Formats: sequence, structure tokens, C-alpha cells
Amino acid sequence: MVRLENVTFGYETGGFRLRVPEFSLDDGERVAVVGPSGSGKTTLLNLIAGILTPEAGRVDVAGTEVSGLSDAARRQFRASKIGFVFQDFALLDYLSARQNIFYPYRITPALVLDDAARERTEQLAAACGIGDKLDRHPSALSQGEQQRVAICRALVTQPKLILSDEATGNLDPDSKARILDLLFEQASEAGAAVLAVTHDHELLPRFERVLDFAQFRQGAAA
Amino acid sequence: MNALYLAFSYLRYHWSRSLVLVLVAALIMFVPVATQTLLSTSERALVARGEATPLLLGSRGSQLDLTMAALYFSDERPDPVAMREVEAVWDSGLGVPIPVHTAFSSSGFRIVGTTLDYFDFRELTPARGRVLSILGDAVIGSDVAATLGKGVGDTLVSAPENLFDLDGVYPLEMPIVGVLAPTNTPDDQAIFVDVKTAWVIQGIGHGHEDVVTAADVAAGTAALANAAVVQYQRITDDNIDSFHFHGSQDDFPVSAVIVVPNDTRSSTILKGRYLDSESLTQLIEPAGVIQGLVDRIFRIKSLLDVVTAIIAVAAVAAVGLAVFLSYRLRAREIATAVKLGAQKGMVLRLLAAETVTLVLIAGSIATIGAAIVWRNADAWVGWLLALGS
Repeated sequence: MVRLENVTFGYETGGFRLRVPEFSLDDGERVAVVGPSGSGKTTLLNLIAGILTPEAGRVDVAGTEVSGLSDAARRQFRASKIGFVFQDFALLDYLSARQNIFYPYRITPALVLDDAARERTEQLAAACGIGDKLDRHPSALSQGEQQRVAICRALVTQPKLILSDEATGNLDPDSKARILDLLFEQASEAGAAVLAVTHDHELLPRFERVLDFAQFRQGAAA
Repeated sequence: MNALYLAFSYLRYHWSRSLVLVLVAALIMFVPVATQTLLSTSERALVARGEATPLLLGSRGSQLDLTMAALYFSDERPDPVAMREVEAVWDSGLGVPIPVHTAFSSSGFRIVGTTLDYFDFRELTPARGRVLSILGDAVIGSDVAATLGKGVGDTLVSAPENLFDLDGVYPLEMPIVGVLAPTNTPDDQAIFVDVKTAWVIQGIGHGHEDVVTAADVAAGTAALANAAVVQYQRITDDNIDSFHFHGSQDDFPVSAVIVVPNDTRSSTILKGRYLDSESLTQLIEPAGVIQGLVDRIFRIKSLLDVVTAIIAVAAVAAVGLAVFLSYRLRAREIATAVKLGAQKGMVLRLLAAETVTLVLIAGSIATIGAAIVWRNADAWVGWLLALGS
């Protein structure tokens, strides 16, 4: 599903540099990425999603060399192949839960909001336990419910890869495990792989593999 | 469509902020247009009324006061001129004099004592009822009828005043015999009566029971007036014959005399007759006086335009800042949209859609407002010009 080879990346403003000799993620696999803050975990997700482009090396996702695509093509690829779950949920306060789930369809022509997508939304929401709360705005939902909405938004486009950036970071301990299980369950049903950045070490046993990211970080002078 | 949907959802959710922005933007667009419309209509109405009144004869003094009183029935009260001036114009054979007596009011509207020539001259026709025919009749303008809720068959009572320092100014009850069709001029705000009726209000003419009756003569008490003589406060079929005027009609006052000369030559000759600066009367061309007033108004308008422009720039800057802050508030949304795969054009459309939607809604409101002002400008200007009368 995901393959990185000899990828190097550095921000123009300086700071740390990232070098990933090799990393792979199989179809349907669930991998956790751990490491100290600032080690480049989120940068890795952005490289895989095509939000950032590497200085050198190759990033393949679902058989497509993302690092070789144009900016417009990378955006289109991201919209249709990758689902995102963020630590702060990134829901829009002015849209209802249902419209938040539809949001990816509203912002890119690569996706079409058809009856099938609407039907999937209802099914996903019901499976995530928020089927009766789709007309509420985020301010009327608990944090756990907001993250369920975010999971529905990530999955509704039927992506083959879910990138999760501290998805449970803002949740209470009881909710963390439930939300992660829900994410895995829904990703599994959709046949999607999950690459999750996390600081919650108690959640690591739920993953199939754990990648310690400290090994990829290099100093600014490197 | 998606960008517009999101923009509309955003504006609807933040409705109070959106409402303020829309109203401010609508005002920025509406005020200059409305001001321009009203000013240009005012100029047209003012000049038209002036140009439609060839000459104005009145007491020497402020030409503007004379014009405002005779054409717009305003509060200005020029010294009265005597009716002999009217007769003098008749005798010259150079034009038609139309006396205008504007000293009294009723229920806040000016009572205009004049002759039937005024109705022909201003092309006033009754929408209901008839024109003046007998002493005491009143014909009211359309705004008077609408404001007071009165019509043919109702009555009006003149407000008691003692304007010309004469004794015996009694309120007179006048039957309304006609309601004029609207003209969007000060005539809509006037109560027209015969000039003789105005003199009755003034106390120059009156009606009362016979001081000496046949019975008095028979009883031998005919030499004394009776303290119980009843002074009539309304003119009826029964008492109209008892109304009479004391003194010579030549001395009776009017506020001004509209003079309609037969032709340009007559106009020139007439103007020449009133050039003497020692004379107690003057003959003026209202169009020139009005044009002077309009020029003054439009000099003020230039200043108003500058003030409006400064306020508009400040308001646009304030709205621009509000929109910019709104963009800043939406930075997280934009970042999310980019991560989810939004194209660059979509992000721009997302931001522009909000502004465009705001401007369109504000523009629609401003357009509707401007259309309302444009449609009613004549009526509103007529009302504004009549304010203070």
C-alpha cells in the first residue's frame, strides 16, 4: 500500500532533516508511529499524503508514485485515495455532522456526492453510534462524538489508506480505546490500511506493528 | 455550487455577524444612490415649480421668503400686499393675476386662499367632489386627505390666529367639497379656499344676525345694537347672505400675487413697472430665486459628497477588515481543506464565495431600497419640500 525508499526531506526554514531509507505499509495493515515530539512523525504523514514533496527518494502509495505527481494531481490523488483523521477533529462549526462528513465532496471535483455516498454516510454514522446525531452541529456533540464524525468523514470516500494524526490525543482515557477500535473496525470493513501517529503507548498493543520514528531524525547540520 | 453552499452555510450559521456586514455593505451602496436620487429629484421639483410660475408680485423684502410662501406655502410670512395690486395687473391687461393668501392653517396644513384661476394655472383637478363654488368651501390636496383621513362631506376648522393684528379672528368651520388628484407638489399639502373665505377667517368679512330687524323697527328699538348678536362660525345656505366685508376690497391683504403674463413682451413691461426701489412692492421671477437656492443646495451637496466618500471609504475599510478577519478565522478550515485534497482554485472560490454572497445580498437589498426611493422620490421630495409649511 505504502512504500518509501531513500526519502530525504528538510524544511526551507531549517531545523531537523528527515531521512527514511525504507518504510512500507501493507494493504489493510495497522501501524503505529511513535517518537518524541518534533521527530517528524506528522511530516512523514504529509509526505505520504503528498502535502509535502521529498527532496529526494520515492514515495509510492497504492501503486502511484506520489512524489512524481504535479501539485494538482497530488491533491486529486489525496482526495480520492486517502482519508485523514486529526487530533483536533478539524470539523467545521458551521456545518452539521452530516455536512461535515460530506465536506470532502464539497471541496474537490475528484469526488461526486451521489446517492451511494449519502447512503454510505448513513451506514457509517449508524455503525459509529451517531446515526441519530447527524443534524447536530459540532458544538452540540461531545468530543468522542466529534471524533466519530471525523472518522466517518475519513472513511466515506472509501480510501485505501487512513492517516491518523494523534486521533485520540484529545480524548479521555475511556474514549481513546473505543475510538481507536472503532477506527480499526471501520477501516477493516473498508479494507483500508491505517498509519497512525500516537503518543499513547498503552494503545500500541492494538496495532500490528509499531515504528519508532526517532531513528529517522537527523540534526539540522546533518 | 459547493463553494456557494459552504459560503451560505457559513453566513447563515454566523447570522448576526453576517447581518451586520450585509447591512453595512448595503448602506454603503444604498446611501449615495438614494442621496443622489433624492437630490436630483429635489432639484427637478424645485426648478420645475419655479419655472412653472412666471412672475410673482409681493411686498418688497426677501425674494426667497416671498417665493417660499407663495410657491411652497412655507412658514415664511412676507408682508402682505393689498388687493389693489391685483386689480392693477388686471387693469394693465398684460397678464392674469392670481392672489395667494397663505396666512392661516388648519390641522397643520396651510390654508391657501386664492381664485379659480389658480386651479387652471396649476392644472389641478378634483379626484373627488368639485372645485370651489361658494364662500366657505374648501378643496384639499391629496396628502391632506390621506393624513387627516378626511374627504368630501367632512369639515375642517381653521386654526385661530391673529396674524395681521386685527380683532375678531374666529375659527371657521369649512365643508370639504373636493379632494384634488395628487401632483407630488406642495399643492398636495394645501387646503384651498376662496380668497374671500380667507378674509372671513381673518375677520375682515363676517356674517351675523341682523342688528336691526323689522320687529325692532316696529317696537321702536331699532337704534341700538344688541349685545346678543350671534357671530356665525360656519357658513351655511341659511346664513351665507348675511356675510359681508367691511371696508374697501382694494385694501384687503394677500400674501402674494402670481402673475401670468400674456407674452414675453407683457412680462418685460410688467417687470419694468416694479423696478422702482422706493416702491412697496416687487415683481420677481421665482425661477431665478429657486435656481439660486438650488445652486446653494448643490454647493452643500458637493461638501456632502466628500463627507459621504470619506465615510464610504472608512466603512469599506471596516467591512474589508471584518472580511479579512473572517478569512483569518477560517485559516484552520482552509488548512483542513488543503489536507483533504482541495484544489487551489477551490480554496480561492471558498473564500471568494463568502464575499461574493455578502456583496450580492447587500447589493440586492441596496437595489431594492434604491428602487423604492426611485419610485417614491417625487412623492417624498414633495413632502420634504412642504415640511415646515
